Amino acid sequence: MRFLPYAVAAWLLLVGLYGIVTSRNLVHMITCLSVAQSSTYILLLSVGFERGGTAPIFLDVPVGTKAVDPVVGALTLTDIVVGATVSALLLALAVQAHKHHGTLDPERLKPERD
Amino acid sequence: MTPRLRRRVFLAAAAVAGALLLWGLTGLPDYGVYNGPYGDVLNRVAVAERKATNVVASVTFDYRGVDTMGEEYILFAAVLGVAILLRAQRDETEQPPDEDAADRRAPGTSNAVRVIGLALVGPVVLFGIYVVSHGHLSPGGGFQGGVVLATAALLVFLSGEYVTLRRLSPEVVLDTAESVGAAGYVAVGLLGVAAGATFLANVLPLGHPGALLSAGTIPVINLAVGLEVAGGFVLLLSEFLEQTLVIRRPGEVT
Repeated sequence: MRFLPYAVAAWLLLVGLYGIVTSRNLVHMITCLSVAQSSTYILLLSVGFERGGTAPIFLDVPVGTKAVDPVVGALTLTDIVVGATVSALLLALAVQAHKHHGTLDPERLKPERD
Repeated sequence: MTPRLRRRVFLAAAAVAGALLLWGLTGLPDYGVYNGPYGDVLNRVAVAERKATNVVASVTFDYRGVDTMGEEYILFAAVLGVAILLRAQRDETEQPPDEDAADRRAPGTSNAVRVIGLALVGPVVLFGIYVVSHGHLSPGGGFQGGVVLATAALLVFLSGEYVTLRRLSPEVVLDTAESVGAAGYVAVGLLGVAAGATFLANVLPLGHPGALLSAGTIPVINLAVGLEVAGGFVLLLSEFLEQTLVIRRPGEVT
């Protein structure tokens, strides 16, 4: 258990990259990128976790209560937002690639002639 | 490179990278043991310093405010990119969706979906506004609340028609919401400069922890971000729907 979350993060990164490398569909490829990216959420949150710590929100609990690191929480928030928007941008590119080439298979995308 | 060769090259590289990664990760403190000073320091001083009970919000919008501004502009640029990529290209034509194959009507939305969807729009908007406006007190904030607000538009689409969605959220409104939100963040930052402090300094009255009007600039930035995220995500949604429903390439069967 002491190492499990880190191993999960490493596994997600590698399995996501494997999906990107072997993908035969651009939408699938973008999903694999999201999987690889989610490893960073797990790594960040695991690094900041403290056993017995509560959320760093001191509305119902007094200041001084043991809480997890708020910095990694903020970094993960940034990470998620950027991940979502980059996925949207890549999906838009996939739409255009499908329009121009009639396929989403990266193997069959040919370079533009002109 | 054949797919098979590529897979082999990748597996070899991944074995090395994975081993290095695991080796590196073993150097981290055990899961559940926290050694870093920053989290503990912030948890001790942030509420007294910024009067925001949600320390993640004070980190995001105050201590790391400039980074979050960069992040907001990544979002802005990505939405802009999607809009540019998906708006009608030179050789494409726009066509209202109802002209499409008049003899083959798409199956209508069932009354159950329509009623539940429309009944949820009000509560979802209210919840979105709550999440945005209480971001400095409890979990939530502009990013989360903005996405909740954008789902209200999705509910309108699910329970009614695309045309209704467009009428309720014309492009100019979405563009304005997104731009005002993006500019609002910078405006709050300049407020600090105008007050003689640094950019994004928290110069507004801080109030008392736990009050809705507290934490100075943090709730104001949350509102700006909420506006931008809601506008941006509805814009994304509309662009993708428009792609399937309205835009036609030359020669495409209609």
